[in-house]
Amino acid sequence: MNGMDNRLINWFHFSSPQTFYPLAGKLMPWFAVLAALFGIAGLYLGFFVAPTDAQQGEGYRIIFVHVAASWMSMFLYLVMAFWAALCLGFNTRLSGMMASAVAPTGAMFAFLSLWTGALWGKPMWGTWWVWDARLTSELILLFLYLGYIALQSAIDDPRRADKAGAVLAIVGVINVPIIYFSVKWWNTLHQGASVSLTKSPSMAQTMLWGMLLMALCFWMYAIAVVLQRVRAIILERERHAGWVEHLKEVAK
Amino acid sequence: MNWNSPAEFFAMGGYGLYVWGSYIACALFMAVEPLLLRQRRKNALIELKREIAARKDNET
Repeated sequence: MNGMDNRLINWFHFSSPQTFYPLAGKLMPWFAVLAALFGIAGLYLGFFVAPTDAQQGEGYRIIFVHVAASWMSMFLYLVMAFWAALCLGFNTRLSGMMASAVAPTGAMFAFLSLWTGALWGKPMWGTWWVWDARLTSELILLFLYLGYIALQSAIDDPRRADKAGAVLAIVGVINVPIIYFSVKWWNTLHQGASVSLTKSPSMAQTMLWGMLLMALCFWMYAIAVVLQRVRAIILERERHAGWVEHLKEVAK
Repeated sequence: MNWNSPAEFFAMGGYGLYVWGSYIACALFMAVEPLLLRQRRKNALIELKREIAARKDNET
């Protein structure tokens, strides 16, 4: 009981920009290092260990970045919506900043998912793009991210911008399960899930590990850049707060 | 080992354009984003220092 109390207190301790700024600065390099390590391991497995695919030859190797980018684009949206909900519900400054720090990286991964998908679709399906459920809902995800960013930048007061953006982010959450289940609900050109929680994966072990390592790499990368961005946002928004003046990067 | 020569590696069994087009795009974006963030932080710090200096000028 006592231990739990301590943990709760610690969580709240880091919920203000002033206390989170140095913590984020300390954590960021570790996630960057982890991203690099997972990336090296994932690329090595993906290119040098995983065998040639029986049907798709070497072309299937796009999977290692395509799946990782797609997963991150969906997962980051959920993270953004989570912070947006906290921002609306509890009106905390830091959660609004976190939500806006996630959006650009999420948009980047949504774009990369579509880009690598197009480059995979061309040789395998004979087309860069089809308006099927999976591809269309992922495109909508990109537009939701871009809409969120545009809406926020159109409102001058950052806290009102956070709240308006939060409403959009939360409404858009409905799109994430649509993307995820689209290959089941509709007849699509896109293949079904390669990895599912309920049955064993339908691919070679080394391919699977390559994919998971690349996903971990992108995940750690995303945490590192989001921490770095939220630090910049804190500096921009808190510039009238006294504590910022005493930071050693400002004082010198 | 999947490849007998570097040329074979870069050819990717005829899928070179698609495979490398994917990986290079990811590498580019994931290299540029941290650089842009470094610039954003630098600008924020410059702006901050300018404001603090202006505030101190007003006080004296």
